[in-house]
Amino acid sequence: MEKEGSGMEVASFEWKNPLDNAAKLDKAEGLAIEQLRAQPQQRCPDPDQWLEQELKHNIIVTSVDAVINWGRRYSVWPVSFGLACCAFEMIALAAPRFDISRFGMELFRASPRQADLLIVSGTLTWKMSPQVKRVYEQMPEPKWVIAMGVCAISGGTFAQSYSVVPGVNCIVPVDVYVPGCPPRPEALLYGITRLHDKISKDSFRQPK
Amino acid sequence: MTVALSVKEIASKIGEAIPQTVTSVADGSITVTSQHLFQVAKFLKETPGLEFDFLVNISGVDYLDYIEVVYHLVSLKHNHSLVLKTVCPDRDNPVVPSVVSLWRGADFLEREEYDLVGVRFEGHPNLKRIYLWEGFQGHPLRRDYL
Amino acid sequence: MVLKAEPMLISMGPHHPSTHGVFRMRLVLDGEVITDMEPMVGYLHRGIEKLAETRTYTQVIPLTDRLDYLGSMTNNWAYVLAVEKLAGIKVPERAEYLRVIMGELMRISSHLMAVGFLGNELGCTFTPLLYMFREREKIMDLFEMVCGQRLTYNYMRIGGLSHDIPEEFLPAVKKFVAEMPHYIDEYEQLLSENEILLARTKGVGILPQELAISSSVTGPVLRASGVKWDLRKADPYSIYERFEFDIPTGTVSDVYDRYLVRITEMRQSVRILEQAIKQLPPGEARTKVPLLLRPPVGEAYAHIEAPKGELGFYLVSDGSIAPYRCRIRAPSFTNITALRDMLIGWKIADAVVIFGSIDIVLGEVDR
Repeated sequence: MEKEGSGMEVASFEWKNPLDNAAKLDKAEGLAIEQLRAQPQQRCPDPDQWLEQELKHNIIVTSVDAVINWGRRYSVWPVSFGLACCAFEMIALAAPRFDISRFGMELFRASPRQADLLIVSGTLTWKMSPQVKRVYEQMPEPKWVIAMGVCAISGGTFAQSYSVVPGVNCIVPVDVYVPGCPPRPEALLYGITRLHDKISKDSFRQPK
Repeated sequence: MTVALSVKEIASKIGEAIPQTVTSVADGSITVTSQHLFQVAKFLKETPGLEFDFLVNISGVDYLDYIEVVYHLVSLKHNHSLVLKTVCPDRDNPVVPSVVSLWRGADFLEREEYDLVGVRFEGHPNLKRIYLWEGFQGHPLRRDYL
Repeated sequence: MVLKAEPMLISMGPHHPSTHGVFRMRLVLDGEVITDMEPMVGYLHRGIEKLAETRTYTQVIPLTDRLDYLGSMTNNWAYVLAVEKLAGIKVPERAEYLRVIMGELMRISSHLMAVGFLGNELGCTFTPLLYMFREREKIMDLFEMVCGQRLTYNYMRIGGLSHDIPEEFLPAVKKFVAEMPHYIDEYEQLLSENEILLARTKGVGILPQELAISSSVTGPVLRASGVKWDLRKADPYSIYERFEFDIPTGTVSDVYDRYLVRITEMRQSVRILEQAIKQLPPGEARTKVPLLLRPPVGEAYAHIEAPKGELGFYLVSDGSIAPYRCRIRAPSFTNITALRDMLIGWKIADAVVIFGSIDIVLGEVDR
């Protein structure tokens, strides 16, 4: 490949198509999926320590905490992670009729590094699970996860299938579960307000 | 109205052109031997008057003694349809010639049947799993996969 | 200094804002130009065909809802047609007309989404989409009036519909049908003569006619390639012979043609709706069918013109209460066969637009 311009010499060599090695790439990905699947099906524990602490009155939310929590909960930015049918109810929530913008959440970020909230909406399959784990790990703290729809909570209608993960909390810890098939946008909104309540009880001194 | 052609007529036409391929004619479908599938398909596509230029669907069905591959064909020009079947008696290693060179649409359909039912399509340029991942054991749509 | 150039392999998706769901493409790039591509699907493979073998014929209907989740009514209809063909069940007249009304409303809703998301991909993020969401919410209200659900309806049953429509449905549909042409005019005013849209979609992503037929492409994509093939006219199912409507086709088979075909199909759907509402007879909404239906041994293939293309169900029955094999012919799956040829030579930005113009839904592709 000889290209003119800026007086640089271009080394000519054979133009190999990387897709010829596609089989090797497929094998590596398949191995990652099998490894995830082979792990014992222990659910990630729900991050609900705040419940016990509230009961024991161990944690006192100071005014600094209150300000930080106010800032965090009124600008939670979700990562757009629509998998299946529930994604359309999530998009309908962002549409003007149900308007998630009044909570400061209309910015669905494409990159997980700029987002706080992962709404897993739709059926999670084993083939997709390494990507969910990756997206979750790429999100910076503090981060929360909402499992939307019965497929994300427990596998739903497809729980007996050979390729469906029985609930997204096999892969990532979940804060709020919103049942429904699909849940109405108002139901998801209720789940989000519950998440806001949870955030308002956080303390920045307490490591998540 | 898409006319489902009379299978006896088509079977006799195929029998004249390529002898000893049609094994049975029943239930609105023609069954041919798996070795001659490609020639029969080519004949059906290229004969004037038949000209089945559109492949609608390929399905693999696991009857416990054998595996059947069903092709639904339609002619957009003449607006008629046909069901072509072929049988693989060997369940452990079912092999059928691929029709990708006749109908490009068979590409993904054959990969899907390979993935889920386990039928190998000879002559397919890229026969690998499409829905399940590399390393998945077994073929889920077989009746003995639980 | 020596400049070394080599092709770059990137993976677009499965988590990507512009792929319509969990679709993945391996792209080989030379700078920004695509030189090779491999589509990878299966990230939403839920095993619906296998699950259908363990459920009774009526229990499979909610499973079919989740195939093309933007067109649940038409999915149900295709499956129920296949069972009725297998078992030889006749559907009452009123149910047929209501099925046509639901099917056409579904077609309008699905095309609204297709055109709206095409606008998204071109970069006019959200404006056309939110306009179309406004109409889609109206259609979803109509469906909610009838069956209580907004997205996965589960409304059609073997032998008819699950129940008859309430009284407030017909006046609401009449009102919707009266004002819809005005809204379609609004969309056309926004989009069809828009310079940027014309520059980015005219001549982009051409699918020649022979390649389209050979790749088993169906639906608006095939019609935009100049082939006048619509199952409602070519192989009429239900009562479509009684309605007058046209089939729009394209000439150049580029992205702009596909967009125009969808807009025109929406207008034709409104026309069919007007006729169906006028001709709706009184009567029953469902024939009596045994609870555990046992069709005779045999097989049947029934297909309909779903909004995305030809949706077909190939059912094999062995006389028991569950299907022996339920094979789903999904239009979106075969429509991506030609994707590689359409994308090579274009830039990544065009790839997003071309891919969006085919309008696939991953629930159908992966089943």
